[in-house]
Amino acid sequence: MTDVRTIDVEAVTKRFGAVSAVDALSFQVQPGRVTGFLGPNGAGKTTTLRMLLGLVRPTAGRATFGGVSYTDLESPLRTVGAALEAASFHPGRSARSHLRIAATASDIARSRVDEVLALVGLAEFADRRVGGYSLGMRQRLGLAFALLGDPGVLVLDEPINGLDPEGIKWIRSLLRALAAEGRTVLVSSHLLSEVQQSVDDVVIIARGVLVHSGTLASLSAGDSVSVLVDAPDRGALADALTAAGYAVTPARSGLIVAGVEADAVGRTAFDAGIPLSALQRQSSGLEDTFLHLVEGNR
Amino acid sequence: MSTFMRTIRAETAKITTTRMWWVLALVLFVYVLSLSGGLGALFGAGSTGSLPGGTTGEIPTTGLPPLLYSFASSVGYVFPVLLGALAVTGEVRHQTLTPTFLATPRRGLVLAAKLVVLLGFGALFGIIGLVASVGGGAGALALFDIDTELGSTDTWAMFARVVLAMALWAAVGIGLGSVVTNQVAVIVIVIAFTQFVEPVLRSVGALAEWIADIVRFLPGAASDALVGTSVFGMMAPGQESLDWWVGALVLTAIAAALTIIGALTTWRRDVT
Repeated sequence: MTDVRTIDVEAVTKRFGAVSAVDALSFQVQPGRVTGFLGPNGAGKTTTLRMLLGLVRPTAGRATFGGVSYTDLESPLRTVGAALEAASFHPGRSARSHLRIAATASDIARSRVDEVLALVGLAEFADRRVGGYSLGMRQRLGLAFALLGDPGVLVLDEPINGLDPEGIKWIRSLLRALAAEGRTVLVSSHLLSEVQQSVDDVVIIARGVLVHSGTLASLSAGDSVSVLVDAPDRGALADALTAAGYAVTPARSGLIVAGVEADAVGRTAFDAGIPLSALQRQSSGLEDTFLHLVEGNR
Repeated sequence: MSTFMRTIRAETAKITTTRMWWVLALVLFVYVLSLSGGLGALFGAGSTGSLPGGTTGEIPTTGLPPLLYSFASSVGYVFPVLLGALAVTGEVRHQTLTPTFLATPRRGLVLAAKLVVLLGFGALFGIIGLVASVGGGAGALALFDIDTELGSTDTWAMFARVVLAMALWAAVGIGLGSVVTNQVAVIVIVIAFTQFVEPVLRSVGALAEWIADIVRFLPGAASDALVGTSVFGMMAPGQESLDWWVGALVLTAIAAALTIIGALTTWRRDVT
């Protein structure tokens, strides 16, 4: 790894005919951190990543690696490693040949091919034709391609898709390790929960527009807390809580009191002399916040 | 090593690491061998009166050896075209343009490298075709004690022109594949044009002088002119063909025009 750069997306727009796939999108991705690039399917994540990698031409704006566009990079595979969704391999070519071709084109030592094959756990299948690979094995080969040039920047599109639980655990620790080495890591997903454990920052888009960008912690600031409470005499409990000024919503398994902690609800019931049968704090969770952000844009 | 040399090496490896090239080479070899051997034996038998009811000297053998040897390109040219076209359309079909352009973002360089590599493979196909046509043709002629003309410099000059023609045909394939990126469509076009459309047009050329003037510039006619002899020339005598070097220029121009059109259109498209 020689060349660590930021990823700078500046007011990038892509229109396909009359449809805007990505609309004036701007964000920056920092080195030494794992950044989740999130949004529902069709939000424009893959289009954005392909514009970043010079595969799709933006209608307007610029996506660069520290000011240099991908096509102008001196040695692209040594600077940026990319694994795109629908990772594309010739079915009749072996994994080793596939990587050797890329290594030849980029002046990367052949020994590095064996290194990355071992790293992603494909060494024993390296000479098999890719046509017989499972989705998980293709994902691993895509990752091997991304790591081939020992790049300072990694761009991974839905790398967790198709991996088994063991593979998911492995890739999470790999992402952490790559960022810990100081690399810039951008990883896309349509599920926050999939990457929640490994990302430091999040960039969330919906319908091609940025809806949130910041640290993962900044996302939980928007969390709403509520309490589920129930009593044998539910009507009396509802009256007591309403009288105490709380917003009460009846639910199937009790009453939901919004914007309050459990101890306050318990005290109100205690003061009113109502015995409780249930008292539970409920957090909406990051996934709900994420969904709310994404839905709010519709 | 320069980026262009590296790209050429990578493009060469793309051909050699899948089975397509040797499958096509094998079919070329068997096809040309059986045609030149079979027709060589038929003509040989005819000229020596070995056929039932025949008499000696019934069919003249003048020009027979080069005709048989030219099967390498006059019959085999469809194979380098297919190899060239598939070298481009295969990348589109299997979405390998993504890793290709990630490794070499300068797309024009990739197409230029493909052109260079396929000129080489086309020449190789030319040599394979010649081994088959000479093996089959000369073998059959020798059987009937007809001069194989392998000692003549003219014959060897023709071999060189066959190799050149096959190399240019592979380049035409690259151009065609870069314009028509759909794999099925390109195969249909190659087969239909080479096996049906051009033969029909060239037959029509016999009808009038002005048609013949146009038809001479069709790629197959240009290739036959370059090689200097072909089945077609024998079937439609009297039709003036181009000089050999003009034939080479026509093929080169067709390959260049197609490749430039492809480079400016489909090759610049978004890779999604």
